[in-house]
Amino acid sequence: MIIKQLSIFLENRTGRIREIADLLARADINIRALTLADSSDFGIMRLIVDKLDAALKCLKENNISTALTSVVAVEVPDKPGGLAEVMSIISDSDFDIVYMYSLPEKKHNNAIMIMRFNNTEEAAGILKQHGLNILKQEEVLSL
Amino acid sequence: MWNPEKEQIPVLQLRKEQSENLKALIRRVYDRVPFYREKMNLHGITPDDINSIEDISKLPFTSKHEMRNVYPYGLLAVDRKEIVEVHTSSGTTGKPVVDAYTRKDIELWGEVMARTLGMGDVDSSDTVQNAYGYGMFTGGMGVHYGAHRIGATVLPASSGNSKKQLQLMQDFGTTVITCTPSYCLYLAEFAKDQGVDISKLGLKAGFFGAEPWSDKMRQDIQKKLGIKAFDIYGLTEIIGPGVAAECCEAEGLHFFEDHFFPEIINPETGETMPDGEKGELVITTLTKEGTPVIRYRTRDITYLMPEKCRCGRTMRRIHRLFGRNDDMMIIRGVNVFPSQIEELLLCIEGIEPHYQIVVDRKGMLDTIAVHVEVNETIFSDEIRKLEHLEKTIASEIHHTLGIHAEIKLVEPRSIARSEGKAKRVIDNRNLSIEA
Repeated sequence: MIIKQLSIFLENRTGRIREIADLLARADINIRALTLADSSDFGIMRLIVDKLDAALKCLKENNISTALTSVVAVEVPDKPGGLAEVMSIISDSDFDIVYMYSLPEKKHNNAIMIMRFNNTEEAAGILKQHGLNILKQEEVLSL
Repeated sequence: MWNPEKEQIPVLQLRKEQSENLKALIRRVYDRVPFYREKMNLHGITPDDINSIEDISKLPFTSKHEMRNVYPYGLLAVDRKEIVEVHTSSGTTGKPVVDAYTRKDIELWGEVMARTLGMGDVDSSDTVQNAYGYGMFTGGMGVHYGAHRIGATVLPASSGNSKKQLQLMQDFGTTVITCTPSYCLYLAEFAKDQGVDISKLGLKAGFFGAEPWSDKMRQDIQKKLGIKAFDIYGLTEIIGPGVAAECCEAEGLHFFEDHFFPEIINPETGETMPDGEKGELVITTLTKEGTPVIRYRTRDITYLMPEKCRCGRTMRRIHRLFGRNDDMMIIRGVNVFPSQIEELLLCIEGIEPHYQIVVDRKGMLDTIAVHVEVNETIFSDEIRKLEHLEKTIASEIHHTLGIHAEIKLVEPRSIARSEGKAKRVIDNRNLSIEA
């Protein structure tokens, strides 16, 4: 139920994202989902990639602060009210969302929300109980 | 203990020896070194005025500036034929300072460095890997002579080339490492990257000096290398390393005051301060022949600890340096030493001593920024946790030092690692013009 995401610490400076993209490209790693969070002087890049171990190895070898983080991938109907429905389950269950981002799902015309909670594992269980489709790592990668 | 007879000399006898040596020294330099003779004449002092060690405060100080002005041989007190070796300071900020040694001076250097290494019970069974630079710098040869005197096996590795350093350690079973403390931590990091557990290599002690380092950094070194870390003190102007060293009690550095007489003065007035009071360290070389130095103003801030030490040595100790007058930053009127900021940083869980302080002036106001590397321990996927860390550091600094510092988290290894002295402070204020 839980999928693994790479989180990378980046200083805010010109060309840094490109350098990371180049590194991953050279290691033949495909990025499935990506989001950037920023503060005034640094940012965190969050990625879901096809070859997790290889990506981790390549980043660490280049002295880039990288962490593996647990997140949930939830399938959300790609129609008005789709997200609202999922959110109502979460707010009723008293979980806090730390951050979330979305990626398109090509096959079924649904959206995928990647979410991190204050208690990610428990939250994933609750969402599943409510009949939502929680994707596995390989499912996210095969989208 | 390398030389119990000297290192445990009764204090009264020590003062008597110091008095005799001072009298002879002043007579010698007055006769042979025009630089000192002219200064004494200017102050209306003759060798007859110096009758005991207490009279030392009558003598004029010597500054680094003056020593540079007489480059290269202006302080020579013997015939040049008697000089067997010369070292100089780096001279990065002007002409270098020269230390010229007679054969007896080299023996003296070996003796005080043997005492230094003896603090960590180094003996002939030890292998000393000397990663201080060999060359005009005093660090390399100073340790070398001390280790020779003891009869230990010396690996004259010199500074840099971490791969080679690690290889030597493994191949020759190094038990003692000597280098700058920042290089030692660099080496530990390097070993980790190479997949080598440096704490398992059989090292037992390390002697670190040539730059200020905090107690937290000591703990870090001791933990990472599995050794006891000793602080050593010395300066080219006096002899190089071997002026003072910590014993196993690690509560201050024993000053080898039978050869180098320490005083603490008020840096503003030049007045001598009593033992226990903080001020600038001033040193006189009582026995050195080649280039004797009278009341050299070190710019180092410390105090003298006259209390008897549990280790049995009778020579007074100095507290670990609080920093240099030169290192001291004045930020909006507050005196700040980089070592204070380092101490605070290292108190925060997970932070390693890879930091840099950037001082700037925006309009009329000084600003201080502290760059701290984000390692795996402190990296969090959540922005607010990292921002919280920045706030914690800023509030620790504000709380303790009363200054507002901007904290900037930076990527690992983005702060330059020197293989020698770490550059901790970048001061972008152009103060010399305004002064």
